[in-house]
Amino acid sequence: MLNLTPKEVSQRSALRINPAKTCQPIGAMYAALGIHKCLPHSHGSQGCCSYHRMQLTRHFKDPVMASTSSFTEGASVFGGGSNLKTAIKNIFTIYDPEIIAVHTTCLSETIGDDLKTIILQSEVPEGKFVIHANTPSYVGSHITGFSGMVKGMVDYLSVNSGKPNGKITVIPGFISPGDMKEIKRLLLSMGLSFIMLPDTSGVLDSPMTGEFNMYPKGGTKIEEIVDAGNSYHTLALGKFASAAGAISLEKKCKVPLSVLRTPIGIDATDQFLMALSKLTGKDIPDYIEEERGQLVDLMLDSHHYLHDKKVAIFGDPDTVTAMTEFVLSLGMIPKYVLTGTPGDGFNAEVEEMLKNAGVKGSTVKNAGDLFELHQWMKNEPVDLLMGNTHGKYVARAENVPFVRFGFPILDRYAHHYLPATGYMGAIRLVEMITNAILDKMDRECAEEDFELVM
Amino acid sequence: MKCGSDEAKGCSMNNTVPIAEREKFIFINSKNGKKGTVMCDEESVSGSVSQRACVYCGARVVLNPITDAFHIVHGPIGCASYTWDIRGSLSSGEEVYRNSFSTDLRERDIIFGGEKKLASAIDEIMEKFSPKLIFIYSTCIVGVIGDDVDAVCRTAEKKYGIRVIPVKSPGFAGHKSMGYKAACEALVTLFGNEKKGKVDGINYLGDFNLSGEIWILTEYLKKMGINIVSKITGDSSYEELKNAPKARLNIVQCAGSMVYLAKRMEELYGIPYIKISFFGLEDTKRSLLAIADSLGDKDAYNKALLLIKNEEKKVKEDLDYFRMKLKGKKAAIYVGGGFKAISLIKQFNDLGINTAIVGTQTGKPEDYEIIREISDEGTVVLDDTNPYELEKFMKEKDVDILVGGVKERPLAYKLGAAFCDHNHERKHPLCGFEGAVNFAREIHQSANSPVWNIIKNERKGSEWLWQEAL
Repeated sequence: MLNLTPKEVSQRSALRINPAKTCQPIGAMYAALGIHKCLPHSHGSQGCCSYHRMQLTRHFKDPVMASTSSFTEGASVFGGGSNLKTAIKNIFTIYDPEIIAVHTTCLSETIGDDLKTIILQSEVPEGKFVIHANTPSYVGSHITGFSGMVKGMVDYLSVNSGKPNGKITVIPGFISPGDMKEIKRLLLSMGLSFIMLPDTSGVLDSPMTGEFNMYPKGGTKIEEIVDAGNSYHTLALGKFASAAGAISLEKKCKVPLSVLRTPIGIDATDQFLMALSKLTGKDIPDYIEEERGQLVDLMLDSHHYLHDKKVAIFGDPDTVTAMTEFVLSLGMIPKYVLTGTPGDGFNAEVEEMLKNAGVKGSTVKNAGDLFELHQWMKNEPVDLLMGNTHGKYVARAENVPFVRFGFPILDRYAHHYLPATGYMGAIRLVEMITNAILDKMDRECAEEDFELVM
Repeated sequence: MKCGSDEAKGCSMNNTVPIAEREKFIFINSKNGKKGTVMCDEESVSGSVSQRACVYCGARVVLNPITDAFHIVHGPIGCASYTWDIRGSLSSGEEVYRNSFSTDLRERDIIFGGEKKLASAIDEIMEKFSPKLIFIYSTCIVGVIGDDVDAVCRTAEKKYGIRVIPVKSPGFAGHKSMGYKAACEALVTLFGNEKKGKVDGINYLGDFNLSGEIWILTEYLKKMGINIVSKITGDSSYEELKNAPKARLNIVQCAGSMVYLAKRMEELYGIPYIKISFFGLEDTKRSLLAIADSLGDKDAYNKALLLIKNEEKKVKEDLDYFRMKLKGKKAAIYVGGGFKAISLIKQFNDLGINTAIVGTQTGKPEDYEIIREISDEGTVVLDDTNPYELEKFMKEKDVDILVGGVKERPLAYKLGAAFCDHNHERKHPLCGFEGAVNFAREIHQSANSPVWNIIKNERKGSEWLWQEAL
């Protein structure tokens, strides 16, 4: 399919080919699904809502519920206020959520709908809530959309009541339900009381019970979001997806914050656990230390196959940064590191990492696309490609082993149940990375080199 | 009949839905009642969890399968990103169409206008590739900021001497059907206004070569001695499409998307059209004969009879096996167009499966009239339905199988129903004789999977499980 990609790289300023990102509203929708009994609402044309539900459905293989303002020509001329008011009324009557989380689209942003005012003028039943985030599609990416909705949750709901709750608030960022579950397990292992904001575990990885639940059991409860204002600290995991919410919580409720890397790989997980230990004075339990030891053991067992191997990594800024750090610890060389999300902070962080590891000659880019990555790989090949499903075309065209990682993964199963975070997640990553490389060797080596023991 | 009306009292009226505006879009089939009507082809109600998409989506799915076209989506990245390689349309030649091209509009483009960026994007395509045909899709935002996309296209055509065709598809201007229309208009622009000399053969409209379906049909027609001039749009190319005005007959598979184009081509080039369907044995047979008949080709008609005889013989054993496995099951249908729903009802009948619920996203009044005639009494008919209603009626009717698209799959599973994707994500051809077997096999594999036994036990609760184990 990609046989038309020329090797010669030339600068493009207007044309995006094969994007490595998507738009803000889907990130906002995903974040909103992490609130218990919340119906995300897309304020725009039907297509946006439909596409986001489709893409999330394909990734999570679970029903994704969200409503739309169903904009028409009239709404786009006279404003979408009446559409949203009707929608809010209808949604509470029909779907009975506890909360509606509205996000805007490029259309409703451009015609200038003032969401705050429209929501204030809407009929909201007693004890129910409507919150919003501004997520024009022409700004940022799905990651900033996620970040915007988390900030919206804090801005609308969190309150410092003056009664400290003894909890830590963790903002996990745009990661899978399996990851959120793993982070919760680590928090529980240290005996901590916490609020995770948002939490899509139990929502988008809901078990088959034989019954359909419009609102599955999982998700952060509204009272927890309110109570986040009383927590003693916020840990924002991944600055692109999580810092904005934590900063809002500090401004609004005086909760101090730290921004850490998404805990993917050994160093970032160490940092996360040590930060928790330092903040709370609690010890990291033996069984978690044991998992770390197992990870190190595995890294050693497999290091012959990984050292000096060149890797191309693309995807979302927070997870790509953490993954870059992890592959460096495996002795691999991150040759190309690319995110579709705009933001110079990404380049600086990754370049610093590469410099500290003594890696030279790598290319790092934000606001890039896969066409460009493919061109780089044609000029100087890599041994492994890591990224979302769209990378499969490039992997096939260049015959490079491919590890699926990030969002969206549309062509594999079970990924959203299993973590990439924590030591257990890192063990899983080493398994995927090593086996992808070994599978290629097995497939392609000469008959006499085909080995039973590797 | 309209539910909520007096005549409707005879039918099961526990179908009241909490959203009053939606009642007009639902009816229960009753043979004794007055002629039924169902509201359709209308805007969705604000606040519903609609399964529908937008104008742009409609346009994109129709044009995307043109294999050597460059499709530039003029808008923010999302519109391009969600429709990247969306259809599962296969190509026997070029694969340009499987890439994603966009102007990725940013905030400053929204403020200052996106025309310049669009013109540069075309320049950048010309620098790197040698396209013959470029489509430029206007998305919601472009409709609002008012970029003159037509002018940019005209300038580019002049500058480069290739076809650069605008597709007017701002998302808010209606729903998917309007997008089909916009795509058809773009195709007419491609064909031009002139009547051209005739060549022997037909155009095949409204097949998108999902899982290679068009290849099966081409084979049948070849055996009947009928040549395809142009496939619109599955596995087609610019050179092939240019010849479309020369065909003697248009056959239309996906009526929802292509009847409009067929009518336009009739006006412009005097090409008559017939609606056909290759889903299920009954419709496949009828369609093959109808094509020969419309061409007035006795030889083709006789060859079709022979083909039908041979092909039916080949599939009989398999189909009988699946009929035995599926007898007595109940099905629900929720698909895009009305014509596909009609074929599916017949196909289920053939398998001994009763269709209890029929819904479409964009069905027309005449489709619903046929659905009323061929479905059983008590069948629930829904236009532009939502998960809430699907859940309600699927539970009430206790259906075993749902046929639908991407978003319905996990919903069906959670509701305890088997599933068949009859949309973009079908994994094997579902048309023609072999398609009928594939369809039956898929329904069997999903409906008779051992996993349902586990799920039934889940329903009884874990206590039951432990008791059983002891």
